[in-house]
Amino acid sequence: MNITQIIFWILSVVALFSALMVITARNPVYSVLWLIATFFSISGHYILLNAQFLAIVNIIVYAGAIMVLFLFVIMLMNLNKESEPRKHRLLKLAGAVSGGSLLLVLVAALRDTDLKHEHALVNEGNIGLIQNLGKELFSTYTVPFEISSVLFLSAMVGAVVIGKKE
Amino acid sequence: MPINYYIFLSLALFCIGIVGVLTRRNAIIIFMCIEIMLNAVNLLLVAFSKMHHLKNAAINATAGTDGQIFVFFIMVVAAAEVSVGLAIIVMMYRNIHSVDVNFLNRLKH
Repeated sequence: MNITQIIFWILSVVALFSALMVITARNPVYSVLWLIATFFSISGHYILLNAQFLAIVNIIVYAGAIMVLFLFVIMLMNLNKESEPRKHRLLKLAGAVSGGSLLLVLVAALRDTDLKHEHALVNEGNIGLIQNLGKELFSTYTVPFEISSVLFLSAMVGAVVIGKKE
Repeated sequence: MPINYYIFLSLALFCIGIVGVLTRRNAIIIFMCIEIMLNAVNLLLVAFSKMHHLKNAAINATAGTDGQIFVFFIMVVAAAEVSVGLAIIVMMYRNIHSVDVNFLNRLKH
């Protein structure tokens, strides 16, 4: 087992554990903090796959901007106490069982695919570097890039319109 | 790294997100579970792009770039979605003084 595999397993365990803590923590603030841990471990996976641009964007956009927004809203509504009413235990069990059976079905379906012998290139290959991605983004994908700026503008206007007091 | 490992890791993360959506009642936590699901899909897309690159690098030196561009656009859309969604949650809190989704059952009656 070389160092890449060890890092892969550590990052996977951290990602799964912190994702589980997101959905089990009673306090919403702890959920947000565990979610940040999940995003950092996913960024570690991106670095392992040598997708450095996406790793940095993931940290800046998700762990930085979006999570600060979540924390801000939670603090604003003063939800940082364990105020969530208990859901019925049976309903919780039903949710967990249905999610688990979905996982079971998908794993059983994908266990014997043709992809079994394929490998993902780790640690090398320079398609994830910003030089290549930037060149592609501003040549082939110029129109979607510009449209996404319009999307951002409309999201901003929508958030302000929805959020402002009548 | 075998692609199978990435598939199963992403599946596990996605199913954790689904379980969270089904079992929690706090609208903000449901929203965070949706973010987990989006990130699971992103991770799988990046892994597949590297797989494609490994297979086709001899033919096309930049094979697999498209997958990572798609991940970038998914992140863009997710950021826009979060801003609007949190505005809706704030408005919901202002109207019913709670973020419990079970109070939003007016369509049921």
